[in-house]
Amino acid sequence: MRVVLRSKVLQSNEQAAVANRELFGKHGLAVINMMSSPGSGKTTILEQTARTLQGEVKIGVIEGDIQSTLDAERIASSGAEAVQINTEGACHLDASMVAAAVQELPMSELDLIVVENVGNLVCPAEFDLGEDARVIVLSVTEGNDKPLKYPVMFRQATAIVVNKVDLIEHTDFDRAALEQDIKDLNPRAQLFWVSARTGEGIGEWCEWLKRRVAIRRGSAAGV
Amino acid sequence: MHELALIQGVLDSVAKAAQKNDIERISKIKLVVGQMTAALPHALRFCFEVEKEGNPLLEGAELEIAEEEIVARCMDCGREFHVVELIFRCPDCHSGGVTVIKGRELYIDYIEGE
Repeated sequence: MRVVLRSKVLQSNEQAAVANRELFGKHGLAVINMMSSPGSGKTTILEQTARTLQGEVKIGVIEGDIQSTLDAERIASSGAEAVQINTEGACHLDASMVAAAVQELPMSELDLIVVENVGNLVCPAEFDLGEDARVIVLSVTEGNDKPLKYPVMFRQATAIVVNKVDLIEHTDFDRAALEQDIKDLNPRAQLFWVSARTGEGIGEWCEWLKRRVAIRRGSAAGV
Repeated sequence: MHELALIQGVLDSVAKAAQKNDIERISKIKLVVGQMTAALPHALRFCFEVEKEGNPLLEGAELEIAEEEIVARCMDCGREFHVVELIFRCPDCHSGGVTVIKGRELYIDYIEGE
């Protein structure tokens, strides 16, 4: 006997993501799913972002790591609200993990939630968390060929942040090649060149975040 | 290795469908996997073999995977085209405003069993 199912493999995750998106919409929250390889500087960028936007944008951060609370502690000391998810071995966050973690955040007081996904450019791509933007961080020390090696991830990005530009002259990173690859793969993605260490480019990135927050707040208020 | 999580999701749905249709032993599961997904067929097969072990419902079951190529549509001129070498640009009008219409599939097509 054949039974036709035509059911999505990630159906239960997608249902949880839809519920998250409704909840975030109700609170008028901008929600960013931030993904990268390990060590690209996501946490340092978020520390800089929280300091730059202090007093203007209230940020909550959900830290996804396989183990440890180190990143959440760093974020909390930069002034943002932080909650840690330990995936206990899993290589990605899913929507139900995020649904549980946001309950620990004072949602009605926040403007922006950043979900710092597990450092991995493959697995998180398939798991919608209910975010309204996907941001990929890439550091110049990783090389400029990452978009071509991880097209599924880069194709879905709303914005791409290239970090550690202060080190670019010490690497073989080909800036023009990266720009061309992004143009071919995902021409609508916003591209930011930053150094979380020196602060270069962080202002422009923060302006983009502020615009997203304003749009989400406007749509929640019915403007 | 998120393919293990994917296969566990597949097997949950399959177990429910089997129960609903009075199937005691599954002989085949057919999946459709697009090339624009982060799911690798060989890893899915490996995880399926691991999960199958000791599960009477799946004894002797095979996993068939159909892969779908990436097809995009130009939002400016309407042209549909196969995406080659990951260039998401219309071959006719060269617009970068294209939407992927095939290649993102990840679903269970059907199951067979008695």
